[in-house]
Amino acid sequence: MTALASAGSTATAPTAGFIDAVSPSTRVGAAIAFAVATVALDRLPLLALALAIAVVLAALARLPAASTARRLAGMDAFMLAVLAFLPFTVPGTPLFVVAGLSASAEGLRQAVAIVLTANTIVLAVLALVGTLEPVALGRALAALKVPDKVVHLLLFTVRYIAVLKDEYGRMVLAMRARGFRPRGNRHTWNSFGWLFGMLLVRSFERSERIHAAMKCRGFSGRFCLVEGEIASPADLPFATGFGLLLVLLLVAKVVW
Amino acid sequence: MAHIPDGVLSAPVLIGAAAATAVGVAIALKRLDSERIPQTAVLTAVFFVASLVHIPIGPTSVHPLLSGLMGLVLGWAAVPAVLVGLVLQAAFFGFGGITVLGVNTFNIALPALLIAAVIGPLLRTAVNPRRIALLGALAGAVGVVLTAVLVCLSLAFSAQEYRPALTIVLASYAPLAAVEAVLTAAAVSLLRRVKPELLSVGGARHA
Repeated sequence: MTALASAGSTATAPTAGFIDAVSPSTRVGAAIAFAVATVALDRLPLLALALAIAVVLAALARLPAASTARRLAGMDAFMLAVLAFLPFTVPGTPLFVVAGLSASAEGLRQAVAIVLTANTIVLAVLALVGTLEPVALGRALAALKVPDKVVHLLLFTVRYIAVLKDEYGRMVLAMRARGFRPRGNRHTWNSFGWLFGMLLVRSFERSERIHAAMKCRGFSGRFCLVEGEIASPADLPFATGFGLLLVLLLVAKVVW
Repeated sequence: MAHIPDGVLSAPVLIGAAAATAVGVAIALKRLDSERIPQTAVLTAVFFVASLVHIPIGPTSVHPLLSGLMGLVLGWAAVPAVLVGLVLQAAFFGFGGITVLGVNTFNIALPALLIAAVIGPLLRTAVNPRRIALLGALAGAVGVVLTAVLVCLSLAFSAQEYRPALTIVLASYAPLAAVEAVLTAAAVSLLRRVKPELLSVGGARHA
């Protein structure tokens, strides 16, 4: 939330760690490689090792412990339902019995593997990519050959999220001043519908002004991305070390 | 509210959905006039901000998905808009994941496109306020239900073991569908009255 709220300003993240010195595109590339490698792992000890790597990355990136833990805990309720069912639906050695249903060790193992994988990847991504300025993420994606239009859309979106949050805050404040208190009823949902609709209307009008202003400055659909985000030779130690680690993990998976 | 995390789905599902999303993004980008990117971004940002809002229902609260409204307002541009939103959520909020970006985009963007194609034209010709509200409610509810079905299909095709839990997964979307039906009906009625251009899906105005 903080990273996006501060979008557009200069670096505000309280990080000055080792990860900061690695260029954005290398970090994004490393995060993607790490995610793909981790998803490929299936044995718990290897997943635990991957989690250890992610924890080290988080420490190097100086992620704040409390808020990071809160984010890791956040998983959609429906996923929890799926995971809670696994011990009972996967056949195998019975471990314990709940209400006549026996939970299998295999099912429990599978559920634990999923939780480990999901959290490991989220942690690594928050450490490697979440510490970037959103603008740096956009440039890194451009360096990684993501289509220009997607990168531009991302950069502009990041910019306007900050603007619209303020606008949304003002509108909610106005509603509160008129006695609106959100509750679980139809009136509340209607009000949110009008609120979002009004936000769309105001934003659309704002976007027309933006469009006119940008045309007036010669915007033809793309603007120059600042160079210097491409992987630099200084990344070599990090890139080779991290790459080796991933290769070792995958080798361990295959030979085990 | 539709974030499948990493490590749950099987490789064929991940790769298949990622390929479908890539095709969808490619088509959408072709149709997206680059001069209009800032405008599309403003609307994308609206949906991003809206998806972070907690809407109370019963003892809990839900985050709106808004796939129906997104389809009606953005048309094809909903595909890259959803992708950008999910990338930002994964990178800065830790919602969702990396290898699942393709599936999660697919599961939200496909309903948006279908609603744009089916309900969009009906909405443009509708004049009766009740009918407009009804179409809005339909767009809101159908968007959520289709996403729920796609999430279930992603799980069902990934592993046999997920199947018994799917009824619960589907049911867990019911409150959201109810909230979004009311919310989208209100939003669409307002847009139709105040700014009908915003709903001219696939019409002369692109955004």
